[in-house]
Amino acid sequence: MFVQALFFYLFAAICVASAFMVISARNPVHSVLYLILAFVNAAGLFVLMGAEFLAMMLIVVYVGAVAVLFLFVVMMLDVDFAELRQGFLQYLPVGVLVGCIFLAELLMVVGAWTFGPGVPRAITAPIPPLASVSNTEALGLVLYTRYVYYFQAAGVVLLVAMIGAIVLTLRHKTGVKRQNIADQVARNRDSAIEVRKVRSGQGL
Amino acid sequence: MNSTTAISTLLPILPEIMLVVGAMALLMFGAYAGERSSGATNVLAVLLLAAAAVVVIAVPKGRHELFGGSFVLDDFARFLKVLALIGSAAAIVMARDYLKSVNQQKFEFPVLILLSTAGMGMLISAGDLIALYLGLELMSLALYVIAAFNRDSVRASEAGLKYFVLGALSSGMLLYGSSLVYGFTGTVNFAGIAKAAGEGGIGLIFGIVFLFAGFCFKVSAVPFHMWTPDVYEGAPTPVTAFFASAPKVAGMAMFVRVAVDAFPTVAVQWQQIIVFVALASMVLGAFAAIGQTNIKRLLAYSSIGHMGFALVGLAAGTAEGVQGVLVYMAIYMSMTLGTFACVLSMRRTEGYVENISDLAGLSRTNPTMAFFLAMLMFSLAGIPPLAGFFGKFYVFIAAIKAGMYTLAVIGVLASVVGAYYYLLIVKIMYFDEPAPAFRPMPTEQKAVLALSGLFNLLFFVYPAPLLAAATLAAKSLF
Repeated sequence: MFVQALFFYLFAAICVASAFMVISARNPVHSVLYLILAFVNAAGLFVLMGAEFLAMMLIVVYVGAVAVLFLFVVMMLDVDFAELRQGFLQYLPVGVLVGCIFLAELLMVVGAWTFGPGVPRAITAPIPPLASVSNTEALGLVLYTRYVYYFQAAGVVLLVAMIGAIVLTLRHKTGVKRQNIADQVARNRDSAIEVRKVRSGQGL
Repeated sequence: MNSTTAISTLLPILPEIMLVVGAMALLMFGAYAGERSSGATNVLAVLLLAAAAVVVIAVPKGRHELFGGSFVLDDFARFLKVLALIGSAAAIVMARDYLKSVNQQKFEFPVLILLSTAGMGMLISAGDLIALYLGLELMSLALYVIAAFNRDSVRASEAGLKYFVLGALSSGMLLYGSSLVYGFTGTVNFAGIAKAAGEGGIGLIFGIVFLFAGFCFKVSAVPFHMWTPDVYEGAPTPVTAFFASAPKVAGMAMFVRVAVDAFPTVAVQWQQIIVFVALASMVLGAFAAIGQTNIKRLLAYSSIGHMGFALVGLAAGTAEGVQGVLVYMAIYMSMTLGTFACVLSMRRTEGYVENISDLAGLSRTNPTMAFFLAMLMFSLAGIPPLAGFFGKFYVFIAAIKAGMYTLAVIGVLASVVGAYYYLLIVKIMYFDEPAPAFRPMPTEQKAVLALSGLFNLLFFVYPAPLLAAATLAAKSLF
């Protein structure tokens, strides 16, 4: 119990601190790196709660894909973040106020949370006991059996997105010199070398 | 479970599997064979659609449920799937000549239409909200891409972007509605929702309103119609022809199925919404089309009006009303395809023209095309004995039997107003000074126009097969 609490406070403290650094770091690349740190610590918190699938997804999707994409965008685009951040202190009171309102609303929503009377009756796939099946396994058990239709349909949707991106953006430019190995290998002495007589004083 | 039973249990979903796998195979074929393969992919795609239609009809009768009720194949789904497959095949056939003449032949075009049609099949057969959303996104995502298919044209890109942004917004509304419905009933399955809905509370009604707002966008019913004229005008004409036919059928199918299957106990609540939407669409479709000069914009407003007429049948909320909707959609699709076959033949040596004034004096330059187009205009206006009249007749009869006299009367008045601009086109074709002649009609357009023209002309002689199929389909929902 003690070790768990220790790790919880460790992850939580680093997570909050790095989240703060994301918005306060001067260098945007540092911001993204702090964001990754925040994600990894949040994943640690998930592991402590026994949601290891969610933790792995957080690492794979957010750290592996989203944060790297951010990093690319930040490095590629010439955005002057210092200028964007001007007037930060000026807007701080309003921001804090809005944040407090959000927090209050969130507490009210969570405080008044009840399930509708029909919900427990209608649950279709009961959650198996945690002791016998880990949650990754539990998801896998239904994802590829009961919900295989959704899974495949979502895959086809992604395929359409990929085809669409290629159809709308791929251009075959003419006039670009590309390496054509077959042509290069097929060259022989006759096609590659030409013997010309150069008269003195005239050139070619 | 051995392999033979596994395959036979998947039989009801075989058409969709065929379309998706076939689309992937054509994609590989096109990618390796290069740009020259577009003719072959077109032919193969049409054959694939025909084969899928045969399978849809050949599946043993009755109601089949797959994947725990996510996928339902009943007579209702069968009827609409065949319609959607015909619409998609006609769109591919009509696109060939156009894409060739604007130098936009790409093998991705039929592939995207196939994938979109697979989405329509999933949508028509959806038995719960998640399957419905996935089918809808598959259909729409492919539509967004082909709206902007002519990517060098600013107008086509604008149409694609506009359609995408507004489509994403409407999907968002639909999802919001779905989450509310799920939250208040505890299930996404339509039958389960119907059981748990009971009298319906304020939360559930909110969910229904959001869901229906999303549906209205997809069938371009007022007040969610704003994208239609711009997208119809900006997209390449064969794409517009596709937009106006098959996706409308699928959208209407999802509308009817959710309303009738999932919310039968709260019918009084959603009928109010449908009555308003139907009224507004009919009236706006009739009045806004009057001032148009571009034939594609005119047909956009006309399709808004026709969606209003079809929704009159749903507003009645009875089996007879649903039968009216089905007959209406079948006739609407045939009229639309025929009209677009004419629009796709409006080509002079300098290129395609889209203005109504370009049709002037068509009766003298091309009497056959003028005759068929005039007849389709009469049919769209709902003048007996053409098919368009019977479409309107069945939905209005259903509305009157359900006691909705005001709706029926306003609908008839709106169709009188609409008749003005349809007949104006006939007048321009027959009585105005001839404009320069069009180039000869391509064979495909001739075939589509002849089929749809004969269907409209001769429907009253032998309407029994379509009516019987629609009755059977409507019964399977109740």
